[in-house]
Amino acid sequence: MRHGKYPLIVAFLVPPLLLYGIFVLSPYVQAFQISTTDWGGYTADANYVGFDNFTRLFRDDYVWNAIQNNAILLAVVPLVTIALGLFFATMLNMGGRGGKAGVTGVRGTAAYRLVYFFPQVLSVVIIAVVWREVYHPNNGLLNGLLKPLGIDGPTWLGDPTYAFWCVLAVMVWSNVGFYVVLFGAAMQAIPRDIYEAVLLDGASRFVTLIRITIPLLWDTVQVAWIYLAIAALDGFILVQLMTDGGPNHSSDVIGLRMYNTAFGTDTRFGYASAIGVVMFFLTLSVAVLALRASKRDRIEYS
Amino acid sequence: MGGDSDDSSGNSSDAGQKSEQNPFGVKEDAPLEVVIFNGGYGEDYAKAHEAMYNEKWPKAKITHSATQEISKTLQPRFVDGSPPDVVNNSGAGQIDQGGLVSQGALTDLTPLLDAPSLDVPGKKVRDTLLPGVVDVGSYDGKFYVLNISYTTYGIWYSTKLFADKGWTYPKTWDEHITLCKTIKAAGTAPWTYAGKHPRYMSWPVIATAIKFGGLDVAKNIDNLEPNAWKSDAMKASADAWHQIVKDGFILAGTPGLDHVQSQTAWCQGKAAFISCGSWLENEQKAVTPAGFNMAVAPTPSLGASDKLPFEAIRGTASEPFIVPAKAKNVPGGLEYFRTMLSMKGAKDFTGKVSALSVVAGSADGATLGPGLTSVVKALEASGSNGFNWVYQNYYRKLERELVDAACGEFFSGRIGPAEFLDLCQKGADSIAKDTSIKKYKRA
Repeated sequence: MRHGKYPLIVAFLVPPLLLYGIFVLSPYVQAFQISTTDWGGYTADANYVGFDNFTRLFRDDYVWNAIQNNAILLAVVPLVTIALGLFFATMLNMGGRGGKAGVTGVRGTAAYRLVYFFPQVLSVVIIAVVWREVYHPNNGLLNGLLKPLGIDGPTWLGDPTYAFWCVLAVMVWSNVGFYVVLFGAAMQAIPRDIYEAVLLDGASRFVTLIRITIPLLWDTVQVAWIYLAIAALDGFILVQLMTDGGPNHSSDVIGLRMYNTAFGTDTRFGYASAIGVVMFFLTLSVAVLALRASKRDRIEYS
Repeated sequence: MGGDSDDSSGNSSDAGQKSEQNPFGVKEDAPLEVVIFNGGYGEDYAKAHEAMYNEKWPKAKITHSATQEISKTLQPRFVDGSPPDVVNNSGAGQIDQGGLVSQGALTDLTPLLDAPSLDVPGKKVRDTLLPGVVDVGSYDGKFYVLNISYTTYGIWYSTKLFADKGWTYPKTWDEHITLCKTIKAAGTAPWTYAGKHPRYMSWPVIATAIKFGGLDVAKNIDNLEPNAWKSDAMKASADAWHQIVKDGFILAGTPGLDHVQSQTAWCQGKAAFISCGSWLENEQKAVTPAGFNMAVAPTPSLGASDKLPFEAIRGTASEPFIVPAKAKNVPGGLEYFRTMLSMKGAKDFTGKVSALSVVAGSADGATLGPGLTSVVKALEASGSNGFNWVYQNYYRKLERELVDAACGEFFSGRIGPAEFLDLCQKGADSIAKDTSIKKYKRA
């Protein structure tokens, strides 16, 4: 048996590592190499230009504008999504007026859970198209609802004051459902007797959430934070389909900048790779920082 | 590859012999690969052209494929040096032409222009084309891109709506403003535009300026001359167009509409005018009410001192075809182009896709929709006064991103005409001083 151990491990590990190396790692490495060239994407020739692309990027106002928007997404999307996710999950799991044991969800929990999960089932493209119609200035649902209230709604996606926030709202909307389910599942794992004890001591629901639930869910919240932070540094699909970065670059994000530089309005693959490399380091540092900042001792239920 | 030479001394096995009938030296059994963009025109017209090619070259095996994603499908093949022989580089997934030219990825099509036409006796291919076709596919004097569909850009209106209400299309700017007031008073919005692609409105602004100030206005913009966007003509035009914003002549909510939404509002009679190209009739086929009778018209003249007459309209060619430089059968690609540009090929194209071909006279006797009929008339009236600009082919980013953004700000009323031109100029300057972008000069 001892003899057979290593060949077995190798046999199982080599194919996936090989695939990962070819399809994930090597493109990353190539992107680094391409970012130091002026490759135009449609011939095999590319000249080495050193760090030219990076110095150009550093002075490119449009890139900075996009990074700034991603920074706002990074600050707002995880916070709002997690807050809403925790709130809904709490209501669904322990918001009910049960009375006796006190730890049941509100009435209709199963139905709510289903509805919250809907956006997760839809493809992002469908979400973008649906919301584009919701935001339609004349026939859209949103302005249709505002009209009877006597409010002449703005043009939403056509107005630089609102366009970015409209996309941000959709980003939160489409993510919340998943985290409701994630947090809900984690709450199920918290022993009921803890809650019964707290309730006996007379704690309110809010105090229970802040003092008991969130600390016990911290691992899950931390994972959610990292996922959402990475999603916030992307945002490409929604932005491209809903506003294409407009009006006047007001809703641009760095992923869209990279895409347009390579495939959209330009064919500068070298420069686009440089943007990609910057994005890679930004995402990596955000993930590391999020992990560090939220590090706490792990709690294990016995 | 010099198609004009009759050199038959070489007995290379790859190329066929050049002759009067075979000006490019097609090898009769050389296979030909054709990739078509499967969009508004479909792929049937191309199959017909391929059949015509096979009539002349029965031994050539033609591989036909059609896709909506030209760039994604073909990029790897360009990179590894095995591209198809003929590419219909069109659609949203089009490969940036300027990028292809600057990387030396395309065959110079000049031999095609100098070859005799297949079925118009005594004429070279060059002489069978409508004005502007060679210009729009040329980069620094070399002809790289053949556009096979002739397109007019102008202002569109419903002749039925205008007849019902007793309105006449305005020939001068003052008449235009007076009519806008009448239209608005009648409860219709005078204007709408593609709010999310506001560059559609840059077309009438530039057209008005060219008619006012002459062809140099466009040439300077194309050549990225300093302050080309802030010329007196552009200033006069921007000032004029600002009035439709200032006086509230634009349909409410327009900045939030995309091209389909705004064109649909226009078809529903919610707005009287819209700026578009001659693909509009095809694009709106499904939602145009019966009897709507859309028609195109040139931009109104600013005043009596305009350098070009009112009838002058922007005519250009679209639906680009290319032969990659590394194609295996370059002579075959050129010969395929000659087939498309034969009178037979052109008439077949017009009949199948209801669009005008770039071959002069190919629409004679064809039954066209009301929109295209008006295009033919407008082009006839415009004659040699027609004009065009090409900076969007040289520097796609300048039109699609920078001028586009400036138009959005201008036509939603957030900035005035001076700031609008400043913003366009800033965009042009950023392209001009970027050393990583290849520059072209328009002849």
